[in-house]
Amino acid sequence: MSDFVMPSLGADMEAGTLLDWYVKPGDTVKRGDIVALVDTSKAEIEVEIFEDGVIDELVVPVGVRVPVGAVLATLHPVGAKVAAAVGAPVEPAPPIPAPAPRAPPIAAPAPPPPSPPSAGPAPPAPAPVPAAAGTNHRLRVSPLARRVAEQLGVDLATVTGTGPNGAITRADVERVSTVAVPAPQAAVAPPPPPEPVDRQAAMRAAIGALMARSKREIPHYYLQLEIDMSRAIEWLHETNLERPVNDRLLPSALLLSAVARAAVEMPEMNGFWIDDAFRPGSGVHLGVAISLRGGGLVAPALHDADRKSLAEIMAGVRDLVQRARAGRLRSSEMSDPTLTVTNLGEHGVDLVHGVIYPPQVALVGFGAVRERPWTADGMLGVRPTVTATLAADHRASDGHTGSRLLTLIDRQLQKPETL
Amino acid sequence: MSVAPAKTITYREAMREAIREAMLADERVFLMGEDVGAYGGCFGVSKGLLDEFGPERIRDTPLSESAFVGAGIGAAMGGMRPIVEVMTVNFCLLALDQIMNNAATITHMSGGQFAIPLVIRMATGAGRQVAAQHSHSLEGWLAHIPGLKLLAPATIADARGMLAPALADPNPVLIFEHGSLYNLESELPADAGAVDIERAAIRRPGSDVTLIAYGGTVPVALAAADELAAAGVEAEVLDLRVLRPLDDATIIASVARTHRAVVIDEGWRSGSLAAEVSARIMEQAFYELDAPVARVCSAEVPMPYPHHLEQAALPQPATVVGEVRSMVGAAGDE
Repeated sequence: MSDFVMPSLGADMEAGTLLDWYVKPGDTVKRGDIVALVDTSKAEIEVEIFEDGVIDELVVPVGVRVPVGAVLATLHPVGAKVAAAVGAPVEPAPPIPAPAPRAPPIAAPAPPPPSPPSAGPAPPAPAPVPAAAGTNHRLRVSPLARRVAEQLGVDLATVTGTGPNGAITRADVERVSTVAVPAPQAAVAPPPPPEPVDRQAAMRAAIGALMARSKREIPHYYLQLEIDMSRAIEWLHETNLERPVNDRLLPSALLLSAVARAAVEMPEMNGFWIDDAFRPGSGVHLGVAISLRGGGLVAPALHDADRKSLAEIMAGVRDLVQRARAGRLRSSEMSDPTLTVTNLGEHGVDLVHGVIYPPQVALVGFGAVRERPWTADGMLGVRPTVTATLAADHRASDGHTGSRLLTLIDRQLQKPETL
Repeated sequence: MSVAPAKTITYREAMREAIREAMLADERVFLMGEDVGAYGGCFGVSKGLLDEFGPERIRDTPLSESAFVGAGIGAAMGGMRPIVEVMTVNFCLLALDQIMNNAATITHMSGGQFAIPLVIRMATGAGRQVAAQHSHSLEGWLAHIPGLKLLAPATIADARGMLAPALADPNPVLIFEHGSLYNLESELPADAGAVDIERAAIRRPGSDVTLIAYGGTVPVALAAADELAAAGVEAEVLDLRVLRPLDDATIIASVARTHRAVVIDEGWRSGSLAAEVSARIMEQAFYELDAPVARVCSAEVPMPYPHHLEQAALPQPATVVGEVRSMVGAAGDE
């Protein structure tokens, strides 16, 4: 049996309100299915599930606001028996007897089936200290267990370790997580009616909190580069003559594609800064900054932008804009962006020095593409240009690295036919 | 599915078949080494080849590893495809100057003008009571050297199939044949052919721990996995196959599935291949680990001669099982 928890739909989200269930107990779900609608303070998000299985129980009813990591529903693998009503956890593999010095074949002494999880198995010699809160020594926690605890919202101080030398393992965390399920619910006030939130104010507050955190924690550095767009615009003009009106390309598609392809060559700019270390993104998922009618903005992911054709990028962005404005983004789009692009050109400004979206490590900005004086080969001429800017996290990269990203974007834009 | 007629064959015979096939396929291929001709190889691998191919192509050499490995390098530079047999990895130390300062570097130092399509085969490892000068596992030392490719066939199919791609490789390739494997016997399809020499292989799938082994420790890992299975722990056995360059992707993917790893290496622990594999797991899969990576290596002594001491110095299935037990702690996983 496993849990479907309230996902973090962006670094700024601490809790969400369950607006609707699209599944009911007994339904079979597949990884990627949209199963619920959740209201963050910024938008209504369609939430995908990341596991195949059959829904056991919907733990959180519609209208309830719960913290990130709280269990929303439980499910079991397809074909497995539904867990007994009392919630006895799935039977773990028979515990291995305490390490005997050597040989005699490990006659599994058929230990009693696991008793209620809280009892815990009786470990050998040094009884694992239930890592009491308030002690000073560092908890022994495996890296995997630490990661899983973070995902499940488990406080490690409440976990008893049964691993080597009493270390907390993934299994220990998961055991506590299932036991603790009711806790977050109990903490929740009686289901308030889906309150008519002042979305404007809530979004302003969320953006404010996130941007303040970004500026407080991230040592930004800024670079800018003016890029000659004459080849790109000319190529765009020619190719658009051959395309039906609906399929015509906009310069912004070229800019996004150029950033995505440059990011492939610069994996150190494409990813996240988490726990004092850089983690590269698992693909190039460009966050596309979209301003919403009435104010505020979101930056959902254009997945695998480096592998999309220009036409696919156009279609992808159009789809994102429509759904963002209708408040129908998906959970993976909110949590996946690895590098954000903001394009304020259509509003007429010349350049933008952006604020990084944590935990990403960089943000690329574009101003307006317009004709400006430009020197080439000792001559002064007039060409369409755009100023590309980079705001980057100095913990993760240095100006030298950042400037390579900008020059790579420039290089991509000089051969638009390859985008 | 067409079923090729299978025949039962030993590791030794599979190696001989591979040499025969290479000699028949390409007249530039020849074998040289100590006692490879009249005596048939000190492990019997080349028995019968002198009669079939004659002394021009099956060449007995004087007892001078430096001289005949050097001659092999020269022949490779001159366009031949030599297979040089060195009796044991211990003795290859006499030729280390040739292997490292010439074979591994000439392509680089000549700006790519010379390839060194040389294959050096050597026996490695202990377990046969031939004492400290014939029993060590020094693969880790050689795996330190850029410019070499190192292979460790642990199965009949690999013994049969690794030589052809090794000869086709423009770089010097070292093949380590663990002495305990020569009598290994299994069925091999009559048409079994070349295998890849890039990837590690999963010899047994499992979900709870990855046992990483190569050459002579693969059977040790498989035996440990059997014992663990009886106790409800499913061990995955990963055979490195290629010791340099290491196939990080397969190693990391396995650890990401099982979240625990034990590296089993007949070399000495300090500065070993096991240390290298362990470091790479730490570097690339730290956040997947549910327990520290463990190592089971040979005792840090010259390999003893008496049977019981030799066995005590070598990685044993029971030691591996013990490591895994302490790793999974009091509770089994899942």
